[in-house]
Amino acid sequence: MKPDSFKDKIVPVSTILLVIVAVWYVAAVLMNTPFQRDMDKRANVERSQVEFIGATLAQPKPILPAPHQVIVNVYENTFLRSVTSNRSLVYHAWVTLSSTAVGFLFGSLLGILIAVGIVHVKVLERSLMPWIIASQTVPILAIAPMVIVVLGAINITGLLPKALISTYLSFFPVAVGMVKGLRSPEIMHLDLMRTYNASATQTFFKLRVPASVPFLFASMKVAVAASLVGAIVGELPTGAVAGIGAKLLAGSYYSQTIDIWAALVAGSVLAALLVSIVTIVGRLVDKAMGGKPA
Amino acid sequence: MNSPVPSVVSARDLGLAFQTNDGPVHALTGVNLDIKKGDFVSFIGPSGCGKTTFLRVIADLEKHTSGGIEINGMSPQQARESRAYGYVFQAAALYPWRTIEKNIALPLEIMGYAKSEQQKRIAETLDLVNLSGFGKKYPWQLSGGMQQRASIARALAFDADLLLMDEPFGALDEIVRDHLNEQLLKLWERTNKTICFVTHSIPEAVYLSTKIVVMSPRPGRVTDVIESTLPRERPLDIRESPEFLEIAHRVREGLRAGHSYDE
Repeated sequence: MKPDSFKDKIVPVSTILLVIVAVWYVAAVLMNTPFQRDMDKRANVERSQVEFIGATLAQPKPILPAPHQVIVNVYENTFLRSVTSNRSLVYHAWVTLSSTAVGFLFGSLLGILIAVGIVHVKVLERSLMPWIIASQTVPILAIAPMVIVVLGAINITGLLPKALISTYLSFFPVAVGMVKGLRSPEIMHLDLMRTYNASATQTFFKLRVPASVPFLFASMKVAVAASLVGAIVGELPTGAVAGIGAKLLAGSYYSQTIDIWAALVAGSVLAALLVSIVTIVGRLVDKAMGGKPA
Repeated sequence: MNSPVPSVVSARDLGLAFQTNDGPVHALTGVNLDIKKGDFVSFIGPSGCGKTTFLRVIADLEKHTSGGIEINGMSPQQARESRAYGYVFQAAALYPWRTIEKNIALPLEIMGYAKSEQQKRIAETLDLVNLSGFGKKYPWQLSGGMQQRASIARALAFDADLLLMDEPFGALDEIVRDHLNEQLLKLWERTNKTICFVTHSIPEAVYLSTKIVVMSPRPGRVTDVIESTLPRERPLDIRESPEFLEIAHRVREGLRAGHSYDE
């Protein structure tokens, strides 16, 4: 750890965190107050101000759960349950993660393939690029159910349809990033290849590919987060029984607000984890390629 | 030897015009030049005089639009395809993801040299530019002068008798430049290559060359070709000799003449 990272990073970030938590508590009290007052009136309970606030923060199905309720829920469902249990967040996260990973892999490969085509074939750039951009303007929420239903009709269910939705979301940033990356070599570096009378294949593998690596990892960071969103969205319309998306849906059916927030936290942690993994792999690759330490 | 020294580059009434929206721009017109094997030829002139363009025509990085040019008796394209020259750019243009020795290996890999031969040549050329021991370093770990030396090593690694250098030391400070000039002369002596060297420094041109081509802009053309009378053996302090100063004076006169119609 660098000497200044405490002052430069931890202090500002935790300050904002504290502010958010404080605002959250105030909001929780305010939003849960009407329901609590109602209940107290019906049950004829008289409370002091402090007791009343305590009660608003301890409802089983609050409108806005307090941070500690969410934390407790996440903790219990992560560490205190067997990972095969239907209530375990680890189990649900795993289900979502596996289709995210498959979709991300497909999406990255597809994106790279499209980029290679676009960079080498002029016709493809003109014919394919507008469709690629148009594909991303279609709301994913509209496409996801159709993909699931159509594939379900031909007996493809489970992981693959969800993964395809992830693929749909993740190929785009990779394709765009790789087109830029494969075109990133300087004129001088390209001229050099020409003076060697290098073939297009040699120029591609010895210059364009290595030059595109930083662009690949930057775009994969976006793509992996998009894949997760795709997997979760893919779980919503299927009535899936497992996965973060299913957990969100079940929570909203039964007004299990704490469960919804816990699933949200699980999803965010998963996203942070995935982006971190891509970042770390990117750094390792950069180091192996002689990157100058920052 | 009685047989005439063969021409490496011979240009006859060479011209190159870029088509722009405001009509053609004549980067080169009526260039006649013969470069003999073993020559060290400098091209000097203000920016826009076409000296880099001429080098790029030799290298088949630009196509001439009139006249003719032969490199070793071939067209520039054939010469490039037969890998007749090594090119050193204004910047080192090393690939940042390759170590110095891997950068030198790049042309060898492309030209299909065997692994053992690659190793041998890397060691030889690193020694030639005094960079032995730096082979495993990445470009960013080296100073600008060392990077440029590595790029010269890269151009020397394969069997090309012609070395084209486009202001290779332009971005370096004068002390490093002096040092590299001295090394370049030694290298030329040892390798017996033909060198075409673009510069805009008069002392550099006079110090290095057996032949100085003075060029002027708008349209880019050759105004004077000076055969140097300096001996091949040149210590740095030859630059204070009367002979050196006389040649430098003639170069300066040539440059001034080329500029005069401008003012």
